[in-house]
Amino acid sequence: MNTKNQFAESAATVTEPLEGAHDLTVLPPEKVTWLEHLHGWIVTVDHKRIGILYILYGVLFLLVGGLEAVLIRIQLFRPLNNFVSPQSYNRLFTLHGTTMVFLVGMPILFGFGNYLIPLMIGARDMAFPRLNAFSFWISAFAGFLLYYSLVGGVGLAGAGSAPDVGWFAYAPLTEPAFSPGHSTDYWTVSLLLNGIGSIGTAVNIIATVFCMRCKGMTLMRMPLLPWLYATMSTLVLLAISPLTAAQIMLMADRYLGAHFFDSQAGGSAVLWFHFFWIFGHPEVYVLVLPAFAFANEIVPTFSRKAIFGYPAMVVASVAIAFISLGVWAHHMFTVGMTSVSNAFFTLSTMLVSIPTGIKLFNWLATMWGGRIRFEMPMLFTTAFLFQWVVAGLTGIILSVSPFDWQVHFSYFLVAHFHYVLVGAIVFMIFAAFYYWYPKATGRMLNQRLGKLHFWLMVIGFHMTFDVMFFVGLLGMPRQIYTYMPDRPWTVLNQIVSIGGVVQALAVLVFAANLFYSWFRGEEAGPDPWDAWTLEWATNSPPPVYNFATEPEVASRRPLWDLKHPEDPDFAYE
Amino acid sequence: MSTIPLEHTHLSEDWHPARRGIVGMWALIVAESAMFTIFVVAYIYYIGKSDFGPTPRQVLHVPVLGTVCLLSSSLFIWLAERQFEHLRGAAFKLFWGITCLLAAVFLVDTAREWHELIYRDGLTMRTNLFGTTFYSLVGLHAAHVTVGLIMLSIVWIFSLANRVRPEHATKLQALSMYWHFVDAVWVVVFSVVYVAGR
Repeated sequence: MNTKNQFAESAATVTEPLEGAHDLTVLPPEKVTWLEHLHGWIVTVDHKRIGILYILYGVLFLLVGGLEAVLIRIQLFRPLNNFVSPQSYNRLFTLHGTTMVFLVGMPILFGFGNYLIPLMIGARDMAFPRLNAFSFWISAFAGFLLYYSLVGGVGLAGAGSAPDVGWFAYAPLTEPAFSPGHSTDYWTVSLLLNGIGSIGTAVNIIATVFCMRCKGMTLMRMPLLPWLYATMSTLVLLAISPLTAAQIMLMADRYLGAHFFDSQAGGSAVLWFHFFWIFGHPEVYVLVLPAFAFANEIVPTFSRKAIFGYPAMVVASVAIAFISLGVWAHHMFTVGMTSVSNAFFTLSTMLVSIPTGIKLFNWLATMWGGRIRFEMPMLFTTAFLFQWVVAGLTGIILSVSPFDWQVHFSYFLVAHFHYVLVGAIVFMIFAAFYYWYPKATGRMLNQRLGKLHFWLMVIGFHMTFDVMFFVGLLGMPRQIYTYMPDRPWTVLNQIVSIGGVVQALAVLVFAANLFYSWFRGEEAGPDPWDAWTLEWATNSPPPVYNFATEPEVASRRPLWDLKHPEDPDFAYE
Repeated sequence: MSTIPLEHTHLSEDWHPARRGIVGMWALIVAESAMFTIFVVAYIYYIGKSDFGPTPRQVLHVPVLGTVCLLSSSLFIWLAERQFEHLRGAAFKLFWGITCLLAAVFLVDTAREWHELIYRDGLTMRTNLFGTTFYSLVGLHAAHVTVGLIMLSIVWIFSLANRVRPEHATKLQALSMYWHFVDAVWVVVFSVVYVAGR
């Protein structure tokens, strides 16, 4: 890689109009009514619109799930609090977990994938546009169904019949004998339908990445984002399907009188643990691989260097996916497995840190010697890098089974996985918003609100989750409704709760920014960051057909080649 | 609303990406395999763990007719595809029709087996762990055969009306991949349920 030239050229090209740009969209002469406009969004099969629908759906539930988290933190603010009833508290943490994983994380990440993958590989749409629309709407229905549980069944009085079995819904608690009524049915049917939508989108992403690439874009010239999404989609196929199978078994137990997890008839609850975590652990990587994918695009653009070690990044991502299929029982050390199993799952879990470390060092090496611009996406990415290290290191600590026996089911664990889910994934989702919002809307997100959002988020995040590690080490178990005043963790819980409120404020600032910048944001132009992948070759927002003529590429950075004909990348690759 | 053409005239190599129907079907097969694996694991895990009978040895008989029909249908769909490639319409219709017929016979054989198990031996999903895992695993497979039979029949009806044309080749190929997959799953289900578990 010739980095010297990149330094010389980067600043000059930012404002230059892209040569050869032309508009082929024929605007309809008559004005469409808002009803026709809405109808257009509902029947759309355009990957960009479906992507935006996914993202808006995720943001809506982010606010809902965030509200649930705030209610949980208010309840835990002081000992012997009775802000909510114990039953409502169980429902709150069940809904919070299920919502954040299935109705926030998955839809937002699928939304970005839907929006970006065809643009990045020079295609006009996904491989199966109608399947795409089907996947979105069935997932949307699943979210609706989960929340309909609040009014379904016994109705709104007494907080309705929302599920109260925890997001992992351990058997035999979910069996008809212990969960009468329909609350668990809402949970299981909702996740089953959501799973069908996820599998549909995963099939679509894989077919798109392998079949729809523009001329010249070999797999090893593809941007890393489609690479990581293809890997993530393979994991979805291998991980969500077991969950779907387990949900079918649970439904058979509940409706047909089967005995899969019914200990009275010889069924095994531990089998559910296995089936759930065979889904549950790869799911973490399903969520974090797209976060890595965003970092892979953002770090080079704002360091003004090509990504360091592209082939190593590809291999590391695939290795992470592969290893993550063999680590699930580290969620089950306290079940009482054999020492051989404990040792195996300890070692396999530690093994994940090798490819993950490769990725981290590659990002650092990309930044090293670069001319770093701390725009909003890069700020969030930098925070992500630090927080991901802590998330990963506490993961290695927890993988040691004797240590896990001490802190299992405590707030130490809760802090660890929130470090992954919030500190890494949510931070990278925010980074992705700041990076691609100009592409999707044609306007920049407001920087002043963005800075406020960033600092509130960083401060709130660390107040909450750094302190939560100590709450856990002091022995506070998760999912408890309240605690006694003589416990040593009251003050710490109060700091955690205040941090939670600060994060909620940050998210509100962010939501306001999305809204405000839609109307008042600065005009972005086609390529506001002077980036190098194909989505920046289209206008902002891109036309329905994406590319008037099918692009051809000769290197990993087609726009670099276009902007620097005297020193193109393909000379070195 | 603009795009820029990115052209590299020096790129002269041919560009033949994989067909999306085929890749999509492979992806679906991976997902389905993962799902069947879970049901097979549950079946194996619960072999011999039922608290009371009937046991597989007492009530299960090897479904020879259904197995022969289903496995040979894979052969006939392959023959039909070859006729399709050679644009021999009549032979295609014949072989495709035989495939449908064999699938239907398999389902009838399963229905007969289940009828006997339920009404003669009193084994239902509620009876014991064997009933639970047997009906769910064999039933999940039979559901896949049913879906396959519906799709096969649609193609057959269209072919009788001469509406299946060379441009549908990829679709037929994807469907036949699905069918081979369903047959391959039966090999696993058969081995686990009727051989290892009995």
